[in-house]
Amino acid sequence: MGTKEIIRVEGLSKKFGEVQAVDQVTFSVREGEIFGFLGPNGAGKTTTIRMLVGLLKPDAGWAWVNGYDPFKDPVRAKESVGVVPEGSNLYGELSAWDNLVYMGQLYGVPKKEWASRSEELLREFNLLDRRDGKFQGLSRGMKRRLTIAAALVHRPCILFLDEPTTGLDVMSARGLRGVVKKLKEKGVTVFLTTHLIQEAEDLCDRVAIIVKGKIRIIDTPQALKEKVRETEVLEIRVQPLPPALSEDMEAIPGVEKATIAEDRLRLYGKTLHGSVGPIINRLDQGGGRILSIQTLTPTLEDAFVKLTGVDVEVMRVDKPMKMGGMG
Amino acid sequence: MLPDWKKAYYIARKDLKAYYLKPPLISWGLMLPLVFILAFYLRNPQGISEVSPGLVGMTMLFSTTSMAAIVISFEKRIDALERLLLAPLHLRTILLGKGLGAAAFGFAMALISLVFIVFLFGLSVSHPYSLLASLVVSCFAFSFLGILISVGVREVFEAMTLSNFFRFPMIFLCGVFFPLTSMPLILQIVGYCLPLTYSVDAFRQSLLSGGGLLHRWLDILILAGFCLLLFEWAVILFKKRSQE
Repeated sequence: MGTKEIIRVEGLSKKFGEVQAVDQVTFSVREGEIFGFLGPNGAGKTTTIRMLVGLLKPDAGWAWVNGYDPFKDPVRAKESVGVVPEGSNLYGELSAWDNLVYMGQLYGVPKKEWASRSEELLREFNLLDRRDGKFQGLSRGMKRRLTIAAALVHRPCILFLDEPTTGLDVMSARGLRGVVKKLKEKGVTVFLTTHLIQEAEDLCDRVAIIVKGKIRIIDTPQALKEKVRETEVLEIRVQPLPPALSEDMEAIPGVEKATIAEDRLRLYGKTLHGSVGPIINRLDQGGGRILSIQTLTPTLEDAFVKLTGVDVEVMRVDKPMKMGGMG
Repeated sequence: MLPDWKKAYYIARKDLKAYYLKPPLISWGLMLPLVFILAFYLRNPQGISEVSPGLVGMTMLFSTTSMAAIVISFEKRIDALERLLLAPLHLRTILLGKGLGAAAFGFAMALISLVFIVFLFGLSVSHPYSLLASLVVSCFAFSFLGILISVGVREVFEAMTLSNFFRFPMIFLCGVFFPLTSMPLILQIVGYCLPLTYSVDAFRQSLLSGGGLLHRWLDILILAGFCLLLFEWAVILFKKRSQE
């Protein structure tokens, strides 16, 4: 990973009606890194990508993508960029092969390379046996892989991936993450938007957390976790969960924040060790049976909650799969 | 910024392969002119030559605007159009490619109807060059009209409804069934603002060798103007809509 900036964004803003979708966003992406744009649905991630690839004109600010302004010189900027929208939006009536050849034609790949490049990509993405199958007949995971392959036809140096694993099963999502890691090994800069915290932690060299159109923080996942290390985290499995538990827990001295996911109660606080007794008493009073108690080392999710104040459950809601396109 | 013709050709070729050259569309394309011509022939066999220029124009108008509007609104609906917008292409190249595909389809449909008229009913072509030129510019004018219609809609059925809003009045106001000069002045003025008027006038002079509203090459020049106007209008509207 180099230190050269390949994307630079300064004060980028976009408003739709009364909604400020992106608000004074400033960041830079280094050549060869996987840069994560992490935030809940509607945070402004896709709008930012759409501005960076020249689809949307910003109301204010500027961007620079591999030496070109995507608003003033969109064609030149797009030549070095591959984009994988949130939906797999290739042409259903065309075969996997024809889709790749067509992309090669549109991106100006020399004619003599259309066949060799298409075959190379189909082999790389394990789709060679489906080369003559129509895109509409492929599984969701295959469609996703082919959509990424199509974005790489012209060997871009930057790849924008918008929610790449949304709507995929666990195995397909894992396979795709492997693909993204391989791209980084080849020197491709990846700009990844995701609402999945674990995905950002697994893949990204640096993460920008965006909430309500504003960037809250940019750092490596490790550094973000370090920022919340002074906070103790206690995870208690309780069945059944007493009602209004979060509010009751946050009323206990030493507990700064309480979140609930399934049967797990997670508590955050700087002096949590001194509050264990009152916590257990409260759970007993509520009729909950404690199944397990453990202390946790901070995860990126903890850092996210601490730094943004956003309920992590909001992030777990998977976006409905669009039939293609950047939403 | 001038469009890239080579890439526009690739877009048109893809559309022809993915949409136009499918058996249902080919059979619909053959049925449309056949039904129009047979219906008018059976009603009045002697009068077929009089209405033939209008039938060719109507066939071309319906097939071209329908296809352009359907393909674009369909691709907008499934977000496949965004695939083109993400590629290093100027908007004019994209819209030209889309227009080229629909125009090729409309041209083929018009040729089929002409073959019926010329060979089955024994009509001769008086001015083949002006006929060819008027067919080509008409196809593009109607194709760009279809694109303009599709820019404002999201769903395919909206595209069809809006297309009919423009097409059906044109059938009555553009001299397809009865001469423009026989209509009230206000309707004549409206007729002169519509491209089908000039297509039918140029076809009539090229096929039947009779006098027309304007000289046939002037009709073709005006149709070329319509092409430019409708295309640029579609480009401006598309740019505006894409930012909303």
